[in-house]
Amino acid sequence: MKVVAVILSIILLLSGCSGVQSALDAQGHSAIVLRDLIILIIAACVAVWIAVMVVLAWSLLRRRDPEDGNVRRSERHMTIWVSGAVAATVLIISGLTIASFRTTHDLDGTGSPELTIRVRGQQWWWQFIYEDTDPARSFQTANELHIPVGKEIRVRLESVDVIHSFWVPSLAGKLDLIPGRENVLTFRAERPGVYRGQCAEFCGLQHSHMAFFVIAEDEDSYRQWAAAQQGNGLEPSEAEAGAGKAVFMAKQCAACHTIRGTAASGTTGPDLTHVGSRGTIAAGLLENTRGSIAAWIADPQTLKPGNNMPIVPLTADELRQLAAYMESLK
Amino acid sequence: MLLLQIGLLTAALVVAVIVGWAREPRQYRADPPVSAALDGLRLMLNDIGGAPPEVYFAMDEPYERTAYDLSQGKRLYSWFGCPSCHGEGEGGRGPSFLDGWWLYGPSMVSIAASIRDGRPHGMPAFRDKMTIDEIWQLAGYVKSIGAYSARTTAPSRNDDRHTRPSENRAPAVKFFNEGPIPVHPEQGPSS
Repeated sequence: MKVVAVILSIILLLSGCSGVQSALDAQGHSAIVLRDLIILIIAACVAVWIAVMVVLAWSLLRRRDPEDGNVRRSERHMTIWVSGAVAATVLIISGLTIASFRTTHDLDGTGSPELTIRVRGQQWWWQFIYEDTDPARSFQTANELHIPVGKEIRVRLESVDVIHSFWVPSLAGKLDLIPGRENVLTFRAERPGVYRGQCAEFCGLQHSHMAFFVIAEDEDSYRQWAAAQQGNGLEPSEAEAGAGKAVFMAKQCAACHTIRGTAASGTTGPDLTHVGSRGTIAAGLLENTRGSIAAWIADPQTLKPGNNMPIVPLTADELRQLAAYMESLK
Repeated sequence: MLLLQIGLLTAALVVAVIVGWAREPRQYRADPPVSAALDGLRLMLNDIGGAPPEVYFAMDEPYERTAYDLSQGKRLYSWFGCPSCHGEGEGGRGPSFLDGWWLYGPSMVSIAASIRDGRPHGMPAFRDKMTIDEIWQLAGYVKSIGAYSARTTAPSRNDDRHTRPSENRAPAVKFFNEGPIPVHPEQGPSS
């Protein structure tokens, strides 16, 4: 009965190994080679451990014959065993070293990157800037990184305030964002999907609420998405959202947030031009619905204490209109 | 020996409790009624000097006293473009904060009013750009730039090159001795 319980709990624990954020559920080139290396090292070490245990058990249990005084024969045996063990150790360690070296070499991928994205880590959200030589085709988004599947992607990592770390376990290893310098990471998603990323360097009070999603999709959907993102913020069609736009421009919102195509051009907070098209708000904290947007605007400091969004005094009507406007910015 | 160990452990625990107890409180969320009250600056008729709202004393003057609020003020200082006119405090198109001279007096109320309502000759009003809590945070920081005396609280340090003494240092005598740089000489020597 006890054994069954232990096995059940192990199975339960292992279920954490799959899903949107797991290094064992590798879906990107770098993550796959890293996972293979880990499996190889664990397999080799387990085999060595079992062999050592078997030899240890055998030497503890074997019957010694006190009459057997043939010292020379047992010394010869010992020499063979020790030399064999030393040779095996050298072989295994050099083998693992070579494998590790090859994996590291392989991490950077091959070929030139097809897409370069600037990533700016901020307390506590991710700014993704898709730069283009034509400024009209550059755009930026927050906490949601869309990439074409099967293509080499290069991210230029910068930090605005403290050290952060870019980590999408299913796609690649982690790399720090250091204030005052630029780190570069290349990766490639092998299969389409939604992969969760997370800041992996403690960066303050809301470090755990600094997540983002990587959406790997086929070339066509990616192009469609990018074309939509390049456009200006949609003009609200409903009266409620229209009133929300007026509130946004009149209140403090516009001083920190940009909505392209309007007077709002603040750069402190996330770009909201297409905020309605994103899956989550506040760096993966809440699902993106009209209700959660309203909750966030009404009291950001209770939902995510310490973040830089202030409580802007609004009436109930203004709040409802503002949430409708945010939702309409698809 | 055991007694000594127990004694040391107890002493360490006591120190930990004291240090933990003395941790500076940070207020991330100002209650909306408190914020509304903070907006009630009681200015003199000439808009220079006056009294802060009562609630500011009830809050124990956090915007001048806590390092967290000063640090947030420092971030707001760059986020809202203050350096484009005031530099890193040494002035430029706008007046300096380092010369020991405050055109509208060194009180928090005056500084907060300058930010909220703007001032003649180019200082814009930030009423529609910042919430009143942010205006108080920024005012606390601006006041600390040109403080007449050293303080025990300080905002975080610059990541880039320092162009002036840190905010919590004793007054920048060098700048004070130089006297105010007249920004608008047509108004007289001091403004």
